[in-house]
Amino acid sequence: MIAAMLRPLAVFQLRAYYDRAPSTMSAASHDAQRLATLGVAMTVVATLIFLLVVGIIGFGLWRRRNSPDALDSPADVRTPVDVSENWWILGGGLAMPVVVLAGVFLMTLSTMRAYRPAPAGAPEILVIGHQWWWEVRYPNDTVITANELHLPVGRAVHLELRSADVIHSFWAPNLEGKTDVIPGQQNEMVLRADSAGVYRAECAEYCGRQHANMALSIVAEAPADYQRWLSSTKAVAAAPANDTARAGLAVFMSHSCAFCHSIRGTPATGSFGPDLTHLGSRSTLAGGALPNTVGYLAGWISNADRLKPGTKMPASPMDGASLQAVVRYLEGLK
Amino acid sequence: MTTARITLSGLAERLDAQWATPHTVYGWFATVDHKKIGIRYLVTAFVFLLLGGIEAALMRAQLARPNGHLLSPEAYDQLFTMHGTTMIFWYASPILSGFGNYLVPLLIGSRDMAFPRLNAFSYWSFVLSGLFVYASFLAGAAPHGGWFAYVPYTGPSYSPGLNMDFYALALLFLTISTTVGAINFVVTIFTMRAPGMSLSRMPLMMWSTLTTSVATIFALPALTAALILLELDRRFGFRFFDATGGGTPLLWQHLFWVFGHPWVYIIILPATGMASMMFPTFCRRPIVGHTYIALATVSTGLFGFGVWAHHMFATGMPLLSTTFFSAASMAVSVPSGMQVFAWLATIWAARRHVFSTTFLFLLGFIVLFVIGGVSGVMTASVPYDWQVTDSYFVVAHLHYVLVGINLFPVIAAFYYWLPKMTGRLLDERLGRWNFWVMFIGANLTFFPMHFVGVRGMPRRIYTYPAGMGWDSMNMLESVGAAVFAIGVLLFLINVLWSRRAGAIAGDNPWGASSLEWSTTSPPPEYNFEIIPVVRSREPLWDAQPPATDAAVAEYRVLDDGRRTLGTTVLDGQPQEVLRMPGDSLWPLAIALTLAAMFTALLFASLAGILVTGALVLLCAGGWLWPQPEELVP
Repeated sequence: MIAAMLRPLAVFQLRAYYDRAPSTMSAASHDAQRLATLGVAMTVVATLIFLLVVGIIGFGLWRRRNSPDALDSPADVRTPVDVSENWWILGGGLAMPVVVLAGVFLMTLSTMRAYRPAPAGAPEILVIGHQWWWEVRYPNDTVITANELHLPVGRAVHLELRSADVIHSFWAPNLEGKTDVIPGQQNEMVLRADSAGVYRAECAEYCGRQHANMALSIVAEAPADYQRWLSSTKAVAAAPANDTARAGLAVFMSHSCAFCHSIRGTPATGSFGPDLTHLGSRSTLAGGALPNTVGYLAGWISNADRLKPGTKMPASPMDGASLQAVVRYLEGLK
Repeated sequence: MTTARITLSGLAERLDAQWATPHTVYGWFATVDHKKIGIRYLVTAFVFLLLGGIEAALMRAQLARPNGHLLSPEAYDQLFTMHGTTMIFWYASPILSGFGNYLVPLLIGSRDMAFPRLNAFSYWSFVLSGLFVYASFLAGAAPHGGWFAYVPYTGPSYSPGLNMDFYALALLFLTISTTVGAINFVVTIFTMRAPGMSLSRMPLMMWSTLTTSVATIFALPALTAALILLELDRRFGFRFFDATGGGTPLLWQHLFWVFGHPWVYIIILPATGMASMMFPTFCRRPIVGHTYIALATVSTGLFGFGVWAHHMFATGMPLLSTTFFSAASMAVSVPSGMQVFAWLATIWAARRHVFSTTFLFLLGFIVLFVIGGVSGVMTASVPYDWQVTDSYFVVAHLHYVLVGINLFPVIAAFYYWLPKMTGRLLDERLGRWNFWVMFIGANLTFFPMHFVGVRGMPRRIYTYPAGMGWDSMNMLESVGAAVFAIGVLLFLINVLWSRRAGAIAGDNPWGASSLEWSTTSPPPEYNFEIIPVVRSREPLWDAQPPATDAAVAEYRVLDDGRRTLGTTVLDGQPQEVLRMPGDSLWPLAIALTLAAMFTALLFASLAGILVTGALVLLCAGGWLWPQPEELVP
């Protein structure tokens, strides 16, 4: 049954879960737009310098195109062609770079001026990097979720970045540059999305075997939708709706699941793995590695390591009926 | 072009008897000839280049398509770590030590390095440390924490296996080799230059070798300290880097990059120095701006120590500190600009251009240097670095720097100096193919990486999902890597072909100006029958060649035992006759016992460490035991 539910790995279409490709050139915030503009401006300067150098080489070679191939005598070499060291080295090699670099540095400073602390009253969100998933907590821990971060569009939120284990780095290319997530240190960043949509953030500091699969969905939505999401996510888990789901909860409690995972409103209060209270409402599983479908969830539970080699989630072998029940239960946690 | 050499009757035979290493197994292991050691360095470092290249090829095969599953994540992690570690530590620096070892005494008109036995030891410990780190593959525990090995991932809690111990101990072993090598270069260049070779007449490659050697001596202790702290954490329960025990992970980053950024200049400056030796030959004129290049070289080495934190802009440093390091990092590119414009002026004001393969590689080097330089300035801009750091943009940048400013000049140098080493020229037609295939391959591989980086692809990921805008560029990069590999293969074929069938080079096939071209190709064991006298920066282009002056030659024959001339630091005036040591097995013995000691450390065997440590000391005693000749006053 499980084999039938699992499609070959290459068929994942994770891209469909995000509104845009995670590109620094596809800015969805004023900050990212400024950074993209800075990048384009510097690229133009860089290209001009490159063309200047290649042009000098090309023209320099062309000037001497007719010289014979034979080596000349030391006596010839001793009477060098005249050239102005001052113009070339002090002008081209020293003055020109200094002027260009001063310009680039001013562009840098003016871009940095736009970075300000979050305005008073901005929502405070705690983001904790784990090997290899993201934990997201809203004020007073009333809202706890994983691998997804909701924020109101057009409003700055204040992120506190902490690590539960090794160094990670928080990078949402459409919205903002990276900030490292370092154990024993609390880093902060201001995040603001200026157009609504779902964006991909990824871990950008090598953090071990599944560094490649440590993504987070950033959902920028209208303030009303954001409030609705907050209050629904704040709620404890829905009670199982039918017998299968009830059996699923029992399976969840009787296997080792509850040692690591919390489902608020049930006795499951583990904290090593992601909070599953509203798992059914998330779009992806396993740190953005898999689509959140019945098939992948079943495969993930029975043998997570096969889907994400090295994951800390242990395999939970169980019979087909139990697996089906626990999947039904978890998918029902909207 | 040939240079007249004078010969004194019977002198060559006498010198041969004193300097020749016997062609026996003993001689092979005991030789202290800087030329043999230099060639061994070159061959060994090139083997490491090929190993690192194979690792890169496997990674490119994995990343050619999204959701690749050729390699497991663990295998990929080991490959990218070993690729970086190999290329940075066991290829890029040692290949330049190889050219340095071979060329420094020849360029300054000396008969050997200042400490020939130390030189042999430096080589043996380099190759043994390389074998040590590669033994990790046999143990199935190759390092997997990235070449800069950020803690706490590389600490005891998250990497409990031997993987990172192999890394730390092999690097500690290598730093011994590198440090003694650097000291040897400094002493040689300061005290053994030919009479008349004042600092102002010293070839530019000596300035870059001197600068990097001094920088090495000051930079490496930071790495050594970091590695020792890491091993204390890993083996003895210390908590230097463990935040849960009051340590700080950022300490590692500061220590590593205080070493690591000067190291970038250490592995490119000798190559730019070699370029400054080669440009004049193929532009048929002295280099433009000799003094400026020397100044730029020294100041790059110096400023290189003030920019390390630009590797750490995203760590949450205060903005004010980042702007300081940003300005410093931009400023450090100014001396590089001066060097580039000196070469451009040399090309511009050439008498003519000799389009040898060497010259093509040098032109390619400038082009790649400029691309790597301007992308470096972009990453020095703090807010833009927040976007591109740890993305493929940085991978593109660092490969333009290392391939462009290390590998291309190195290949140019092989085409230029291999004929001196073997006596045979490489094939120019194959050389042209070699250049164009490598140049196109390098750009196909590394240029698209700028784009995928800007499009949000993080580095060090073993796979990536389809449709993120990275698929076609990655395929292009992998195709480019194959082209690049063919280019390297063409080079190897050319070298092997030339060993058998290459045209005979003669003393000075390129009509060059520096002293190494005044002796035979390959040079005799003693390099010069008569220590040359230098009257200008381009001795072989002088009206009066350096070794035909019989009158002054008289007191520089130095044929009563292994002798060479010691001269004063600033002016290169003859000061003393130096007695040079003969062949010895002690350098090999001490390197072998050190390797045994590091193996004992790896397996944390206290008894093993004590026994091997005692053996190291015994070998040091044997090394220092006075030899009969040294007892002669």
